Amino acid sequence: MTQQQPILSGKNLVKRYGKVTALDHCDFELYPGEILAVIGDNGAGKSSLIKALSGAVVPDAGEVYLEGKKVNFKSPIDARHAGIETVYQTLAMSPALSIADNMFMGREIRKSGFMGKVLGQLDKKKMEAFARDKLSELGLMTIQNINQAVETLSGGQRQGVAVARAAAFGSRVIILDEPTAALGVKESRRVLELILDVRSRGTPIILISHNMPHVFEVADRIHVHRLGKRLCVIDPKDYTMSDAVAFMTGAKEAPA
Amino acid sequence: MTESQSYEDVVKDKTETHFAQFEDERKGLIGKVQHALHLNPALVPLIILVTAIGLFGMILGQRFFSPGTLTLILQQVQIVGVLAAAQTLVILTAGIDLSVGAIAVLCTVIMGQFTFRYGVPAELSLLIGLAFGGGIGAISGFLVSRVKIPPFIVTLGMWQIVLASTYLFSRNETLRSSDLRADAPALLFLGNKIQIGGANFTFGVILMILIFVALAYALRATAWGRHVYAVGDDPEAAQLAGVNVHKTLMSVYIMAGLICAVAAWVMIGRFSSVSPSASTGVIGNIQSITAVVIGGISLFGGRGSIFGAFFGALIVGVFEMGLRMAGADPQWTFLLIGMLIIGAVALDQWIRKVSS
Repeated sequence: MTQQQPILSGKNLVKRYGKVTALDHCDFELYPGEILAVIGDNGAGKSSLIKALSGAVVPDAGEVYLEGKKVNFKSPIDARHAGIETVYQTLAMSPALSIADNMFMGREIRKSGFMGKVLGQLDKKKMEAFARDKLSELGLMTIQNINQAVETLSGGQRQGVAVARAAAFGSRVIILDEPTAALGVKESRRVLELILDVRSRGTPIILISHNMPHVFEVADRIHVHRLGKRLCVIDPKDYTMSDAVAFMTGAKEAPA
Repeated sequence: MTESQSYEDVVKDKTETHFAQFEDERKGLIGKVQHALHLNPALVPLIILVTAIGLFGMILGQRFFSPGTLTLILQQVQIVGVLAAAQTLVILTAGIDLSVGAIAVLCTVIMGQFTFRYGVPAELSLLIGLAFGGGIGAISGFLVSRVKIPPFIVTLGMWQIVLASTYLFSRNETLRSSDLRADAPALLFLGNKIQIGGANFTFGVILMILIFVALAYALRATAWGRHVYAVGDDPEAAQLAGVNVHKTLMSVYIMAGLICAVAAWVMIGRFSSVSPSASTGVIGNIQSITAVVIGGISLFGGRGSIFGAFFGALIVGVFEMGLRMAGADPQWTFLLIGMLIIGAVALDQWIRKVSS
């Protein structure tokens, strides 16, 4: 697998917040078709790494490559245009707006013809139908109530909508930041199935998680993050969960 | 994985088929009412408005319930109505604009003085006034969006600056009705009226209604409108979801400034004069905020319908007119409006509790 060209990679990424160095010359590689888990202790810089890759922060130094080409994401919108979708821990949804509105936030479909081009009218029917399709494709909903406000949904349901949004639009890479952290056992299972489902369609996934059983269950490789940089990448089949925890907390020397 | 590590397998085998179905779990009449209000936040002010008109109609009879009186109310609220439209946009983004009235008065002075002092054709002066309105909005928008000063502070400062500029620029002169009529009829255009039976619709009233309809369309049916709501709801989430928050905020403040300049044109038509000491400069902001709040638009942003602001402005107008006709002390109007404001915000808090 390592012979392949990485689909998304970072080289020497540096990000400082005042005196805090969140990313310290960090490298990163994601290969086509895999689920790469990123684990690390709190404050290790996982979120900063993900934000640098998804355009939410601009790194102070270092480069990001997508399919071998250098990219400069100035905002999440740039990354999205390049086919990288991120599900943030906060989900990035507007609670008062409907499911359909949220799925299409920032990429609304306009009507064709005069109403759409001149008056900018949205094609709500088309957007709702698409949202409904995507949600039921992932087994996420019964067809009514696509216009329900997101705030009326439970945590798991919101997570489901957010993952569906990423799966629907993420053509190259999907990044999931702690997708199961706020969920119950059953709902977590469903999201994990969703993740495997998305990978089976060929889209590589970056999964940030604290939940070792979940990581070891779905990940193909595990990127261990420590003190702002990549400590090592391990194969979940070769190590146990306690090994992984030992690496990320520094209790055990990392493999070469 | 070892036995101890696969503790979740129990649920894995049993595939959950009913994971995330969106059922309406809230039951009972109160739940339904809350849900209806959540979907149509302008419903409450509409009900209050209709009830108020009905009550005053019953008490005062034909005197109140005539086309003449009812359209007179529209004329009396047209300025506040237009300002409330501008205020709504800003409040939907979780901001507040204390400078709307002051911008309107400054624009009346600009429109008037450019025509009379500099001899600019009145039509062109109107455009210059609109440009000034939009420009002031752009400055406020920039300070809010880029410099990250809270909207309350930005517009509190802008209010004073604009009000002072108005006096300085106008040299405290008032342009009289007779001069305007003779030399700049374009400035008075919105004071013209159409009579249908006993009803009088001034062009200003019609323009106000058109502004509300146009904004309602833009907020409901365009991407821009959805972005305004999203930014007001949670700017960080909107940014991450791919909304250009800066552009949205700038467009909102510029639009609000432009609408204030339109309010200026409406003002000249309504008062047939241009005075730097028009009371709108001092109380226009509070009046517009009152209309917006009574209209059920959340001060926390992202919630509410712009028609609510229209109904809110009308409610104030109906109370003022009705109580005056009934011979009540005008203080009763303020007392009732005060109660409505508190009631409306209490209701908003209740509606927002849908998810709990």
